[in-house]
Amino acid sequence: MGKETKKIKIGLPRALHFYKYHISWEEFFERAGFELVVSPLTNQEILKKGVNLAVDESCLSLKIYLGHIDWLKDKVDYIFIPRIVSLHKKEEACTKFMSLNDIVRNTFPGLKIIEYTIDANKFRFEFFKILRTIFSLKHNPIRILQAYYYAKKKQSDYEKARIEEQTSKIKNKDPNKPMILVVSHPYTTYDSLLGKPITKFLESQGVDILYADIVDIKEALEQSKKISKDLYWTYNKELLGAIEIYKQYVDGIIFLMVFPCGPDALVINLCQNKIKDIPLSVITLDELSGEAGLKTRLESFVDILKIKKKKNGKK
Amino acid sequence: MEKNNNIKKISFPHMGNYFYALKPLALLLADEVIMPPPITKKTIELGTKHSPESACIPFKYNLGNFIEALDLGANILVQSGGGCRFGYYGEVQENILKNLGYKFEFLKFVNDFSIIKISKYIKLNNPELSYFKIFKTILFSYLRVRLIDKIEAYLRMNIGFEVKNGDFERNLKLFLNELDKSKNILDLSKLKKKYLEILKNIPTKKPQNPIRVGIVGELYVLMEPFSNFNIEKELGRRGIEVHRFCSVSSILHDIFTFDSHTKSFLKHAAPYLKYHIGAHGTESVGLANKLRKQGFDGIIHVKPFGCMPEVNAMSALHRMAKEHNFPILYFSFDSQTSETGIKTRIEAFYDMLMMKKKRDTMQI
Ligand code: SF4
Ligand code: SF4
Repeated sequence: MGKETKKIKIGLPRALHFYKYHISWEEFFERAGFELVVSPLTNQEILKKGVNLAVDESCLSLKIYLGHIDWLKDKVDYIFIPRIVSLHKKEEACTKFMSLNDIVRNTFPGLKIIEYTIDANKFRFEFFKILRTIFSLKHNPIRILQAYYYAKKKQSDYEKARIEEQTSKIKNKDPNKPMILVVSHPYTTYDSLLGKPITKFLESQGVDILYADIVDIKEALEQSKKISKDLYWTYNKELLGAIEIYKQYVDGIIFLMVFPCGPDALVINLCQNKIKDIPLSVITLDELSGEAGLKTRLESFVDILKIKKKKNGKK
Repeated sequence: MEKNNNIKKISFPHMGNYFYALKPLALLLADEVIMPPPITKKTIELGTKHSPESACIPFKYNLGNFIEALDLGANILVQSGGGCRFGYYGEVQENILKNLGYKFEFLKFVNDFSIIKISKYIKLNNPELSYFKIFKTILFSYLRVRLIDKIEAYLRMNIGFEVKNGDFERNLKLFLNELDKSKNILDLSKLKKKYLEILKNIPTKKPQNPIRVGIVGELYVLMEPFSNFNIEKELGRRGIEVHRFCSVSSILHDIFTFDSHTKSFLKHAAPYLKYHIGAHGTESVGLANKLRKQGFDGIIHVKPFGCMPEVNAMSALHRMAKEHNFPILYFSFDSQTSETGIKTRIEAFYDMLMMKKKRDTMQI
């Protein structure tokens, strides 16, 4: 057994579901004895590459994803792409997550991919699927099982810690500062070109931010039914539930949506028609969004919230 | 006992000519069926005005149909369908319409077409009906669908070659009129005989070896000619024989056979797809690849702008087209699509296919 001679290199594109699950992925592959390469924060070059590679009408998030794969493709042996059809019975993920693997294969013929499918309506055990795939590369079952266990644990600890942090933010909030709930998919919220500039700017305007993706998922899925009964996209349900949970603490809600996003377009419209007691703002991001116009919009939204806050005096 | 003056008027959106087929079924749930006015520019303008901007175009057409039907007095609306977003259309549309101040009851059949469920649902709403009557009506509607598909399939392959412009369409109208009046299954079989006969006798002149093109893509824009600017007719006029494989019959067939179709399409889609890519995307790729192997001259792929499963399919189609030098023409429809643009692109595509055909035959 060639010890440490050549570790297999696994590439993780820093985009899409990476933002949700990366803690466990990184932990798993490192513990299992692989070398990890994570693509850098999205930059202009990655974006440009992705835009060129993707079919025109794809959502911006997918374009960025392809840009990251392009960055990784010559630096690693395999790219890790889980395929998500459904996480809970009778629910679905956006179709992008079920077609990602084939889109990548067709865009980069010959690329080597490690993949497995999660489909709550069909297979019970995501677990076995991953293991089988990994066993074929590394023949050390105990190490892999251990890695899996620690990965899951680390992820769930991390999520708990984030929720706690957000809860204490609410507890200790400055009554004079407006608080805004940012509602968007984590790969939009935390992307260095999409959400990050926006949240940074908001903070510079003296606003406290809550993030809708930081939430107890079980509770959120339950709460989402108060706004929408029929919704079946899991990730959107989580965000809707978070709105229900955090609504009482915030002065305004900002939706960030990339263009063109199928699920968000409908869900946000539903929110606009149903949530009438809190100011909402919807910001659509595409590859051409100019920063200047955006800032003016954010500024005036924050101004409205501040004025309202003064009037009401309380909270 | 009917509540005083509370006449139930039911309506549902158009798609191609299928409204005629589903009318008897809808009638089980209400006293009267309101047919939304035929789709026009106004329909799509209304729909677009009140829809979220990035909703896909079928959403906007459906919403336009609903508004026009409500204005005609409908008080029960039905939304059904199974595209990737169709399942969620209903709730969003219901809220939009309520916010506009309309009063109505909204029925949703979402992603779910089992006959038993539908009949149970009908029984629940109208307990006086017997299950026998319900099943019979479902069957009747289904056979109407089949008949429409049969007639239209013939039309599609021949309309481009008619000698006298308008012959086929005139007869289609007559057919639909009679279909609307048909009472039972016997009527349907008479109609079928009569119109197939009539259509076959319409003079056409078809070239020996016409260019054959398959049309694939998203269901709604495939099946609603207004939304695709009559693309099939446009192709036909240029002497292209158009083959379409998807219709409501084929979808129903798929449902009754547990997706056997879809599974076989995944096989046909190899090596371009390994997994399903959502709604009809898999079929688009599988069919395109199959037709390519069968020697079709080209493929036309249609979809609403931003349609997710079909955009997913395009990465596979792009690669197939490149690897095999196989012509594929893509159309995306939204409320701003211009008809002239479509015509020019079809023309260019036709010229290209002609040249390729000539070149290929010369090589042989
Ligand atoms: S949910 Fe929207 S942004 Fe996310 S992958 Fe799907 S289409 Fe893209
Ligand atoms: S399949 Fe396309 S057109 Fe149909 S609901 Fe989905 S995105 Fe819309």
